[in-house]
Amino acid sequence: MTTLSEIVKAVPTARRRTASPSGPRLARRNQVILQLICLAIGATVLFPILWIFLLALDPRNLSRPDGLIPPGASLAAFARVFAQPTSDPISFLELARNSFVLASSVALFTVIIGVFAAYAFSRLRFRGREVLMIAILGVLMLPAVATIAPLFIMLNRIKVDLPLLGAFNLRQSLLGVGLAVISGALPFAIWNLKGYLDTIPKELEEAAAVDGCTRNQSFFRVVLPLATPALAVTGFLGFVSGWTEFYFVSIFLNDPSQGYTLSLALNKMVGAFGQTPWSDFAAFAILFAAPVSIVFFFFQKYIVGGLAIGGVKG
Amino acid sequence: MSATSIPSRTMTSRRRRFSPDTRTALLYLLPALIVMGVITFYPLVYQTWMSFTDFQLKNLSGKVAPNVVGLDNYANILNSQLNIPNFEFVRLLFFNLFWAFSNVIIHVIIGVAVAIVLNTQGLRLKRVWRALYVLPVIIPPIIVATAWRNIFDKDNGAVNMILTGIGALFRIPPDVFRIDWLGQVTDPIAFIPLPLAFFALLTANTWLGWPLNSVVATGALQSIPPDLYEAAEMDGANWRQKFRAVTLPFLRPAMLPYAIFGFVMTFNLFYLSYFMTSGGPFGRTELFVTQAYKLVNDFQKYGVAAAFSVLMFFLLLAITLVTNRMGKATASYVD
Repeated sequence: MTTLSEIVKAVPTARRRTASPSGPRLARRNQVILQLICLAIGATVLFPILWIFLLALDPRNLSRPDGLIPPGASLAAFARVFAQPTSDPISFLELARNSFVLASSVALFTVIIGVFAAYAFSRLRFRGREVLMIAILGVLMLPAVATIAPLFIMLNRIKVDLPLLGAFNLRQSLLGVGLAVISGALPFAIWNLKGYLDTIPKELEEAAAVDGCTRNQSFFRVVLPLATPALAVTGFLGFVSGWTEFYFVSIFLNDPSQGYTLSLALNKMVGAFGQTPWSDFAAFAILFAAPVSIVFFFFQKYIVGGLAIGGVKG
Repeated sequence: MSATSIPSRTMTSRRRRFSPDTRTALLYLLPALIVMGVITFYPLVYQTWMSFTDFQLKNLSGKVAPNVVGLDNYANILNSQLNIPNFEFVRLLFFNLFWAFSNVIIHVIIGVAVAIVLNTQGLRLKRVWRALYVLPVIIPPIIVATAWRNIFDKDNGAVNMILTGIGALFRIPPDVFRIDWLGQVTDPIAFIPLPLAFFALLTANTWLGWPLNSVVATGALQSIPPDLYEAAEMDGANWRQKFRAVTLPFLRPAMLPYAIFGFVMTFNLFYLSYFMTSGGPFGRTELFVTQAYKLVNDFQKYGVAAAFSVLMFFLLLAITLVTNRMGKATASYVD
């Protein structure tokens, strides 16, 4: 890596040429140097990802590979983890279904409830507005782990013995985990959506008011359609947090029959120190990451901006 | 725009208004308030009560009430007397602060540097590079953490294999490169009290953290009018002067809030520490979040965990207030 000052030097060179009517051009030498720098950065970015792909394609599934390049490639690891990733009798699809149910309910719930609250914070003036905003910001700042003890105990108290379905403990269910995840995801959704609603021009709503729209009509017919991209992005981020949720699932669920998720299986795979089947792990990681990463990649234009402003609660 | 906000009253007094807001606001807020009241705010209050008790496994069912122990939990945490291995409050605090600080500095510097390179006019393949550099952002952190755990593995890790490969060219025996990146007990640099695992974590988090900073910096750079540079050139400014007088004032208002935000995020970064080192060696890469998790999951000390979380809350509050003040103190730089 070159130093900051060396890189900065390139900027004025380019600027000087901006003035010429033929458009910006870069001296060949600078172009080559900068391309090499970009390539080097690109290599560091790609390296861990390529490594995981190499591992996944390694036909030997060694717990101790002996070289960087495996002899040949096979998709056997993908087939294995698809059928049964861990020693527990549960397939990838069943794990994915649990994670999907968790993720989509978190996404739906936070967006629907969040957008109403966000609208109130963005457009309405009411008593206690500042206090409530600070309370939500305060929760946003707090990591999800910080409320794990009271949530565990509270949800554990809710037990029912149903005549046909048997005993049900809210804590030991995906529903309980979902509630715990929403507790952290909702403040983020409100904050993120409020940020977006603030950018929708107020004049649109004023025009609607002149035309005789009530506040509710204005929200449903003017603001909500315009906020669709933000709803999708916030929903997606909520989905990702549910899809990859780890702390609550790992503490709340302790039996595969209660709903084992992808993150628990991944933890189990790397937790087995010394004898991790690395090819299986890598294949599983790819299958786990692919759905959300692909969506993210193609819609990054809409998502990354919001991420940079709002961030995800970790 | 609303009936009660003063500026709008003076500016748009002739326009038609919606009916008074407070009742509508309550209606819109109600679902969120109910949900957050039950699963966010009530648990926080409950947690505060728990922090004054010795809540433990036997109290879980609710049949046996925990004993109120006053401030004992807090005192025990601050004095590092928790009966759990490798817990030392002061070390944890300083490590966690240093961890967040060092990471954010590196993220911002690399992020800005890459943004400047990619913002060079006439640079080819810009879109390709931008698309490539966003990859660390789009992969779920839990996957990133486990992947880096594998890369730094002593026996199977990519880093050791590459070093062995390079070493072989110089006839260095492979045993030299069985480096225990994540578990080595002796510090790599004698006069810096940081374990090797810290540097492994730092590497992984640098990979993870700079791209978003770069996105923010790119946005700021693109907002700079080119004629400012031309004007500076007419005044005979060299590149360094132009960076300080033109580029920096535009970068600062965008980067500073994001750096503050990044500080809090890195301070609370669970996955890397948990999956790569699990806090080791001897708890020296433990963070507040991983410690809080372990207090509940591994040790079932619910009362202590509650007190720990309350302390964490005040610590984060202090960090936010201090950094916000720092941010405000420098905010007027441009205006």
